[in-house]
Amino acid sequence: MKNSNWIFNTDFDEFIDLDSYVSRGGFSALRKVMSQDSSFIVEELNRAGLRGRGGAAFPTGIKIGMVASASEKERFIICNADEGEPGTFKDRFILTHLPFQLLEGILIAAYAAGAEKGFIYVRHEYPEAQEKIKNAITVAEKAGLFGKNILGGEFSLHLEIFSGAGSYLCGEETALLSSLEGKKGRPRLKPPYPTEAGYLGKPTLINNVETLANIPKIIEKGAEWYRSIGTEDSPGTKLISLSGDVKRRGLYEVPYGTSFHDIVYEYGGGPKDGRKVKAVNIGGASGVLVPSEMLDTLLEYRCCMEKEITIGSGALFVLDDTRDILENVRNRVRFFLHESCGKCTPCREGLRQVNILLEKLNKRTATEEDLDRLDRYTRVMQDASFCGLGQAAGNSLKSSLKYYRDEYMNGCVRYAEEMSA
Amino acid sequence: MSMVLVEKASSLTSEQSHSLLPVLLEYQKKNPCNYISEENVKEIAEKLNLSRSRVYSTASFYSEISLVPRGKHLIRICCNAPCENAGKEAIHRAVKDKLGIDVNETTEDGLFTLEIVNCLGACYMSPAMKIDDQVFGNLTPESAVEIIKKMEQTDEE
Ligand SMILES: Cc1cc2nc3c(=O)[nH]c(=O)nc-3n(C[C@H](O)[C@H](O)[C@H](O)COP(=O)(O)O)c2cc1C
Ligand code: SF4
Ligand code: FES
Repeated sequence: MKNSNWIFNTDFDEFIDLDSYVSRGGFSALRKVMSQDSSFIVEELNRAGLRGRGGAAFPTGIKIGMVASASEKERFIICNADEGEPGTFKDRFILTHLPFQLLEGILIAAYAAGAEKGFIYVRHEYPEAQEKIKNAITVAEKAGLFGKNILGGEFSLHLEIFSGAGSYLCGEETALLSSLEGKKGRPRLKPPYPTEAGYLGKPTLINNVETLANIPKIIEKGAEWYRSIGTEDSPGTKLISLSGDVKRRGLYEVPYGTSFHDIVYEYGGGPKDGRKVKAVNIGGASGVLVPSEMLDTLLEYRCCMEKEITIGSGALFVLDDTRDILENVRNRVRFFLHESCGKCTPCREGLRQVNILLEKLNKRTATEEDLDRLDRYTRVMQDASFCGLGQAAGNSLKSSLKYYRDEYMNGCVRYAEEMSA
Repeated sequence: MSMVLVEKASSLTSEQSHSLLPVLLEYQKKNPCNYISEENVKEIAEKLNLSRSRVYSTASFYSEISLVPRGKHLIRICCNAPCENAGKEAIHRAVKDKLGIDVNETTEDGLFTLEIVNCLGACYMSPAMKIDDQVFGNLTPESAVEIIKKMEQTDEE
């Protein structure tokens, strides 16, 4: 299952330092691109079909191309290492174990976009990751691979490590920009998109850690090679953070096209002995909750879209048959309630009302009208929230209301009485 | 003015405020009580040429920044679903009993403050907690209390 010839080395016991990275082909992609026109990078990434791993799955080559073709010459690159989605630990792993692969990816993306300055926005909860990546930059600089006149050429890149301060919302790209500018981390209206007007109003490329760390391998080995992994619709691999009720929790590099069933049973070893899988939460708190019958779905964008599953950050959290679905829903609503910035009514008030209704369900004092109300608030949050946080909160609620209606019904007065009569 | 122009203008005039968040975190780290005091706010405002309300506004948005004094060590227990399912509640109770404090309270000797946080990126070893910069995973109520006892001992030395 594990294949050292894919993109990542997912061994928790191994730190890939500069020497071992170079001995495995590291920085050959950077040398390759710097002898060519930068448009080569965009074309290669487009041919490879690389999509963003931060949640929205936007084609990376197109995004880089948008910044590269901006008329404004001062441009920025931002690596989004805010990794706030509960249940996700893949970016943390890349930062602490594969920092040079990430740095090479940032260099290539910056070179293609024409950015000479930028940031890695790392969440505050990851101090050791901040240290590791800072050290890696120093080491790479000494080796002439970072900073001024990289590899003796014209290209320079100056990067700063910027620490977040405990706000999940700051992972959203426009909130991240506000945060970098010293303000409250509240999202801004799009358009303009960061590719047009980002940091300081300049064209800015914002990509996730995993997205950027894919780039060196694609350039080194070529788009054809990359497309030989995964499926036609979704080439390559995805890092899956597997947690919850499985025998082997951990980080796995999984080729697209693998079924969720195989991820849980083959990679994760299945549920603990004597237990059954009840539900799987795909994509963290903002993701969906699906019953075990749906596990034959493939980890693939098209396939997941058809079933309203969002792959998101690639967090997979397994609940076995001892678990209470509504307990999980309450936990996630509490999370959103805490992280909502309060800027728009559907999210702020919607979550507050939903929380009240969930408490009623918990005390078994809800009515079936309350369930209708829950459906309605969920829809409003999905459709009318200003940013992805409120929308995702709605999506995640919707999936549990759809697949676990009976557990919601159990929290209703009359229903509970009838069932026990 | 259109929304876009207003946003642009406000981002241009606030350029000196760009270092506000790192500066706040730096001050908090240096403050022995792990927080941003009124004195700190005044100093930061003068240094960066911002109004005090502007400094407060940013400081109060971020949950990592505290405007009330805290203990020397911050104990943070993760409360997201993977950790909740793995037994966070029992860890929480054991730590509360050990320290004799509730969430967001500080022990009388000023050594520990107990807080609840979001995912520490350690869900492969849930339940997890963090003390200052160090993450501890695969906790049991006993091991969590042991870890705190050890910290108390090293602090006495
Ligand atoms: C509430 C919210 C939180 C987000 N958090 C993150 C995050 O922690 N890391 C991340 O890379 N993207 C996050 N995103 C997505 C970013 O807005 C953005 O799409 C992404 O960084 C783009 O990079 P990519 O194209 O490489 O995926 C978040 C989005 C929303 C709505
Ligand atoms: S959806 Fe929620 S987090 Fe996003 S702007 Fe509205 S209130 Fe803020
Ligand atoms: S949910 Fe607790 S560490 Fe991730």
